[in-house]
Amino acid sequence: MAFIDYYKILGLTKSASESDIKKAYRKLARKYHPDLNPNDAIAEKKFKDINEANEVLSNPENRKKYDQYGEHWMHAKDIEKEQQRARYQQSYQGDRGSYSQTEFSDFFEHMFGGASSRAGGRQVKFRGQDFNAKLQLHLKEVYTTHKRTLTVNNNTIRITIPAGVENGQIIKIKGHGGKGINGGPNGDLFIEFSIINDTKFKRDKENLYRTVDLDLYTALLGGEFMVETFNGKVKLNIKPETQNGTKVKLKGKGFPKYKKEGQFGDLVITYQIKLPTHLSSREKDLIKQLQTLRS
Amino acid sequence: MERTDLIPVQLVCRHYKIPLAFMDTLQEFQLIEITVLKDDLFIHKRELNKVEKIVRLHYDLDINIEGIDAIHNLLEQVHALKQEIRALHNRLRLYEDF
Repeated sequence: MAFIDYYKILGLTKSASESDIKKAYRKLARKYHPDLNPNDAIAEKKFKDINEANEVLSNPENRKKYDQYGEHWMHAKDIEKEQQRARYQQSYQGDRGSYSQTEFSDFFEHMFGGASSRAGGRQVKFRGQDFNAKLQLHLKEVYTTHKRTLTVNNNTIRITIPAGVENGQIIKIKGHGGKGINGGPNGDLFIEFSIINDTKFKRDKENLYRTVDLDLYTALLGGEFMVETFNGKVKLNIKPETQNGTKVKLKGKGFPKYKKEGQFGDLVITYQIKLPTHLSSREKDLIKQLQTLRS
Repeated sequence: MERTDLIPVQLVCRHYKIPLAFMDTLQEFQLIEITVLKDDLFIHKRELNKVEKIVRLHYDLDINIEGIDAIHNLLEQVHALKQEIRALHNRLRLYEDF
């Protein structure tokens, strides 16, 4: 537990006036307020620090105590107890506000025993901390809407993961973040999805792409070809003289559209024509005959 | 629109301790949408989050409505840019394995 220089946090010196403190706090709060920096953990930490500094320095009694003990803050309670014992008075009890204990540093708790309630004016309510979590899923798992139980900060919640969720997409679970401060609303839980694609398909939003090998003879003469889609096999008719790199679009055979029940993207198949290798001498002769015919 | 999704503006003002004129101003700046039903004013519950955020920015941080309007637009742009980055990143993955 280290000494925290609240003046430094607010960019002030010890001689700062009440108005200086207020101005500095407002300026920094505008810069780091969570509403202005969504999903920014660094800004959130800074905001808490400046809030804590303001709680101490904007309250004359707390500021006096903070200035008085300075670097000897570790012994503040002992010194105070001794002074109070000498005056035959009851020991000091700081006003405990409704600020969540975990929102302030250990240093603050040691010095002041909890947050002080603000003297007059509007008591500032803050939303609780937003929590961020990352959830790794396989592409196959997000093909269908399903429910999943998660444990976040010792709380178990059951969420519905809609089919078609994207890699990197963040969904908000309202009110499942940290508790609100001074009666403010709870924060939200943001879940970022990391989708592992270990399939043969490439995905771009709701469209899927796949390259399939096609033998030379089917490509030249045409025929039927079985191709695997994401949810089964389909038979394709290959046109005669199909060129390498030809693409065919299978409508509605792609990935589910996010939050659009029953709607699917397309599957784009690219034919990669495989040339035969290890030709026998007879095959070579026949191909030479073909070559002669074509020239 | 379901009537149950609407919250009387007066109730919102009482809850957040804000004057009715403040809500009018928010509507003028097109920051919120107010529904009028038989001379009574309502806001949709989906707007409540936005109102809460605006109240915090205005009363706690002393940001005027023009500033909040600018912030609102910029945050929307940031959100759109983040979405675009994500989409581009995912598209890039199409080519990364080749």
